[in-house]
Amino acid sequence: MIVRKEHKVLVQGITGKQGTFWSKAMQDYGTSVVAGVNPKKAGTEHLGVPVYACAVDAARDNRIDVSVMFIPPMAAKAAAIDACEAGVKLLVCLTEHIPAQDVMEMHAAAAANGVRIVGPNTAGLVTPGECFVGIMPAFNANVFRPGEVGVISRSGSLGTLVSLNLTQSGFGQSAFYGVGGDPMIGTTSRDALEILDADAGTKAVVLCGEIGGSAEESAAEYAAGMSKPVVAFIAGRASPPGKKMGHAGAIVSGSSGGYAAKRAALEAAGVAVADVPSQIPVLLKESLDSKAA
Amino acid sequence: MNFEEYRAKPLLEKSGIAVPDSVLVQNADAARAAAEKIGKCVVKAQVPTGKRGKAGGIKLAATPEEAKVHAQAILGMDIDGYRVEKLLIEAQVPIARELYAAVLNDAGSRNPMILFSMMGGMDVEEVAETDPEAMRKIPVGITRGFDLAMARQALEGCGLAEMEGAVAEVLVRLYQAYRDYDAELLEINPLVLTDDKRVIALDCKLTIDDSAAPRQAELAEQAAPELMTALEAKAQAAGLKYIALGGSVGVLANGAGLTMTSMDAITHYGGKPANFLEIGGEAYTKAKIALSILLENQEIRSLLVNFCGAFARTDVMTEGLVSAWKELAPDIPIFFTIHGTGEEEAVKIVREQLGLEPFDLMDDAVKAAVAAAAEAA
Repeated sequence: MIVRKEHKVLVQGITGKQGTFWSKAMQDYGTSVVAGVNPKKAGTEHLGVPVYACAVDAARDNRIDVSVMFIPPMAAKAAAIDACEAGVKLLVCLTEHIPAQDVMEMHAAAAANGVRIVGPNTAGLVTPGECFVGIMPAFNANVFRPGEVGVISRSGSLGTLVSLNLTQSGFGQSAFYGVGGDPMIGTTSRDALEILDADAGTKAVVLCGEIGGSAEESAAEYAAGMSKPVVAFIAGRASPPGKKMGHAGAIVSGSSGGYAAKRAALEAAGVAVADVPSQIPVLLKESLDSKAA
Repeated sequence: MNFEEYRAKPLLEKSGIAVPDSVLVQNADAARAAAEKIGKCVVKAQVPTGKRGKAGGIKLAATPEEAKVHAQAILGMDIDGYRVEKLLIEAQVPIARELYAAVLNDAGSRNPMILFSMMGGMDVEEVAETDPEAMRKIPVGITRGFDLAMARQALEGCGLAEMEGAVAEVLVRLYQAYRDYDAELLEINPLVLTDDKRVIALDCKLTIDDSAAPRQAELAEQAAPELMTALEAKAQAAGLKYIALGGSVGVLANGAGLTMTSMDAITHYGGKPANFLEIGGEAYTKAKIALSILLENQEIRSLLVNFCGAFARTDVMTEGLVSAWKELAPDIPIFFTIHGTGEEEAVKIVREQLGLEPFDLMDDAVKAAVAAAAEAA
């Protein structure tokens, strides 16, 4: 789903330094934050919303559509399971460095409760002009502007750069979908492509991938059947193989997960691939023009 | 985190999987003494890589004197970049059959997966590739777990005959060890059936999830040292990831995706990146130590600073970087491009304190940094 201003948002870890900073930024932008969680501050108020001991308690008093977690890695599993049991539709997990076996348990809880997880290690979701959930600079008008291009990115910083490039070239965005840099994410690039394909407000999609894993190859399979134009950029062409580049997902071993295979898969699916992010708007314009012609 | 065999095997034993008797030694005389105690033995180099056997780091010894000779030859050997300083002197066992068993994180199913093969040994990778049927893949649901009934079912038709139950038990214990120690990979190759009907782990490869280190603190201290350069080690001590890339254009960016993109752009515009170094995520306040690490690289001729702040606030990163820049006063040009969270304040800091104008387009900053590096070369 694409986040909308009507969606009611719970912030787990709302009282912490980052939770406070970003919750305030979300509220100022138009996100409907209705409650927060901190077991030690249950019953108090923070940023004008009630604080609960857990998500299940918050959901008893409020309608919650989306929960976003500002939770440290070792506590993330319990918080995610709590959110799943609270019946949220969408759980945005920003936390990086959650132990992999905990991540597996989180996904199992999500599947059992019919919850979509975005992340872990995502920078979140932005619907320009409406709301955002996460840690993206939605409020920076140089970066995000309402429009018709959907943006998918494994990396928050690269997603910011690409959105900026689009805005600088006159393309606004219908939605930014940060899928996350971890190897085991709940919503893959392919899933996000499907979501944006189904969105009436999205006319074209930009996919920002990275070396490592097979997310781009899998997204390419879906893109092959899309009528909306898709333009991609894959980070890591100049990275040496076999090295972990910070994101747990961006590791290349042997030929699998490498740049060449990803680019070939995308191009075979009719996706235009940019060498540098600044080419994305150019390729996008070409794709849209050739479709209109 | 990787673990050498002599660290991993006691963990298997603790989980109820049999391993041969062994003694860890660090010189040839101790190897001889250990062999006298143990009898017929295997002399095994202790380095965290899977290429020991083929590199000549594992030798059979029938007598203590032979163990000493092998130890002399293996100690000091370079295997896959690791210098051999420790040997495991391990009792030989009467091998009837070599099997393979492992548990690992399967990203595709977002669940654990158990691998089992009747064709264990040094060439198991080739076996798995040439004959996929020979490697059984057993998916496990993380919340359901893996019990004896499941293990027996998974092993059905393998041809283990009366040993099926004992091997099934090993698989269950292996899975439990994988869970207990937050392993990413726990592998026994070979897992042997002996002539006298025992199941023994002759080797063990263990990789523990780095993210689990806080709750595996005791084990984390025993992890094998990683191969890295002095600068990479210094960066790691500061909680940063640094990789030397051999070029002349230094890169400082936030987030792995943006850092890789900066490297790609430098290459695209004809330059060569000097390094990978990112200060995103929780590291965004570490601009100063990051800069000092970058500048220790003598090949660096210009510096590209590419900040696109989402969570990482560009004003905080820029403030740290600019104050370090003034303090260290390096003799190379610096080129900024800054956008996102904290952008206005960050741009102001660069203008006021360094008298420089950040580039609006990343491409322009990259081109300028590449040109400056070429000029200085």
